[in-house]
Amino acid sequence: MRNQFAETFYQIGCEDPRLCLVVADISPAGSIQKFREFFPDRFVNTGVAEQVMIGMAAGMALRGLRPFAYTIATFALYRPLEMIRDDLAYHNLPVTVVGIGGGVAYSTLGGTHHAQEDVGLACTIPGLSVIVPCDPAEVADATRHCAQQNDGPIYLRLGKAGEPVLTADAAEPFRFGKLRYLRRGTDICVLSYGPVMAMAIEVADALATQGRSVSVVSTHTLKPLDRAGVAEALRTHDRVVVIEEASQQNGLGAQVKQIAWDTRAVCDLRSFSLQDAFIHTYGTHAQILEAHGLSVRSVLDVLATEPEAR
Amino acid sequence: MSSDTVRFRNGFDAAAGRRRCMSFRRRILDVSQRVTALHIAPAFSCLEMVDCIYHGLMRRRADGTFQDGFLLSKGHGCMAQFVILEALGILAPEELDRYCSPQSRLGGHPDYGTPGIEAATGSLGHGLSIALGMAYADTIRGDDRVTYVMLGDGEMEEGSTWEALMMAPNLGVRNLVGFIDLNDFQGLGRISDMHPNFYPIGEKITAFGWEVVEIDGHDAPAVFEAVTARQGDKPFMLVGRTVKGKGVSYMENVPIWHYRSPNPDEYRRAIDELCEVSP
Repeated sequence: MRNQFAETFYQIGCEDPRLCLVVADISPAGSIQKFREFFPDRFVNTGVAEQVMIGMAAGMALRGLRPFAYTIATFALYRPLEMIRDDLAYHNLPVTVVGIGGGVAYSTLGGTHHAQEDVGLACTIPGLSVIVPCDPAEVADATRHCAQQNDGPIYLRLGKAGEPVLTADAAEPFRFGKLRYLRRGTDICVLSYGPVMAMAIEVADALATQGRSVSVVSTHTLKPLDRAGVAEALRTHDRVVVIEEASQQNGLGAQVKQIAWDTRAVCDLRSFSLQDAFIHTYGTHAQILEAHGLSVRSVLDVLATEPEAR
Repeated sequence: MSSDTVRFRNGFDAAAGRRRCMSFRRRILDVSQRVTALHIAPAFSCLEMVDCIYHGLMRRRADGTFQDGFLLSKGHGCMAQFVILEALGILAPEELDRYCSPQSRLGGHPDYGTPGIEAATGSLGHGLSIALGMAYADTIRGDDRVTYVMLGDGEMEEGSTWEALMMAPNLGVRNLVGFIDLNDFQGLGRISDMHPNFYPIGEKITAFGWEVVEIDGHDAPAVFEAVTARQGDKPFMLVGRTVKGKGVSYMENVPIWHYRSPNPDEYRRAIDELCEVSP
């Protein structure tokens, strides 16, 4: 994902001289090296200093530039949260805050590097949009959107590297603020976002082998959430399943439940999120997800024990 | 050199500056009689420096707009900025007359979108980073603009301020001019009592790679001269020694006036004092 981000960013940067990258001692490799070589003035490393990274990005945007601020998700959002709120969101500036390694992708680095609450936290800030692409192709679409939009700041949460392409055969294109059906079914709708989409697709495949007709939806835009689209998914399926690599607090599951209540939805609704807890363990990304209770097996087990009838 | 002996120096009219600041202090006191509280003392301490920035340092284009930029990082001192913007015709008098009411855009801190306000401040420790971003953007785009930013000494305790202090010289910005309103007070008392290791502040900033001058922050001609005579190959910081509540004897260096409006008797005494020393 970070390589695709770097490549897309470089491409747009060649077209748009306003595009700048402000990093806090963490930088994507690959094409960003080309960006630095060709546009040295438009690449700033503030060092291990995230507050000035965001504040500077605000000042640069106030002078007409298009900065992206980039570092590991926890440091990008938590440390300078007030700068994101006051300097970016309150001023409604077109700055993109890129958080790399969202969720528990840094599975061997421990809890300090796990961005569990970032989605819920970012969604609470007025005027801050939140995009979490599920694969490198969506990263390219999302990056292009972030660079070209004029509607205020965006938190762009990325995974790390090596994520598979999941959207090559998607039924719909990426559109900011809209649900994206990767496949359409009639019985069960699986809503997910970010790299954990790979798990959601495995769950959908397993349900399909059980004879169910399954929709899979990339809910890449967490804010503004496509409320009408979610309401329609709740209305047109017997069961809706949310799988997200984020805390249940104000994440997608919680927001879908709000919409279900508001729209008097009658379908069954299950959400699977990271625990509201710190996990003191290390391993592969999948192992940390499993420690949080997120695996294909655990999701299918829960779904098997719950009736889905209306 | 005392400003009393100098009427006009390098383009800054000292007597006119004194008259303006006197009327600005009266205007702030007038507004204070319509609201239960406002930040008088923090505005009085930085008033001469902010007036010098607007009436001496910032260049104006032929159409009257400013070519240079200004941020009040110590946003609670906004009355100093508001009365100057009013005098410049950028803010309408009705706005100040209705300060802190639903009928006005003006409140206890500068708000983005208000005429003359380039960024919303109020939470401390934000302004220097924003100003640095502005100055850097102007540098790489080749825009001829100086960004001036007024910091409070209390907000120098914010770590974010030091991130920006450390970063600015690294970027080679020459168009960033900071001011520290060194009135030696923060919310709960004297900095020299509570945080004695805050001092010496000028040497710390010098060590971070800035050009620094420390002078009397109420001596506007000296402020003007120090800034215009800067070498200009580094970001510049003027450390202005000031008196919190400057100009009204019973407010000077008395913490309660950080955020309090005088009652009618106190108001009359303050106005009388300001009239006595008025030229």
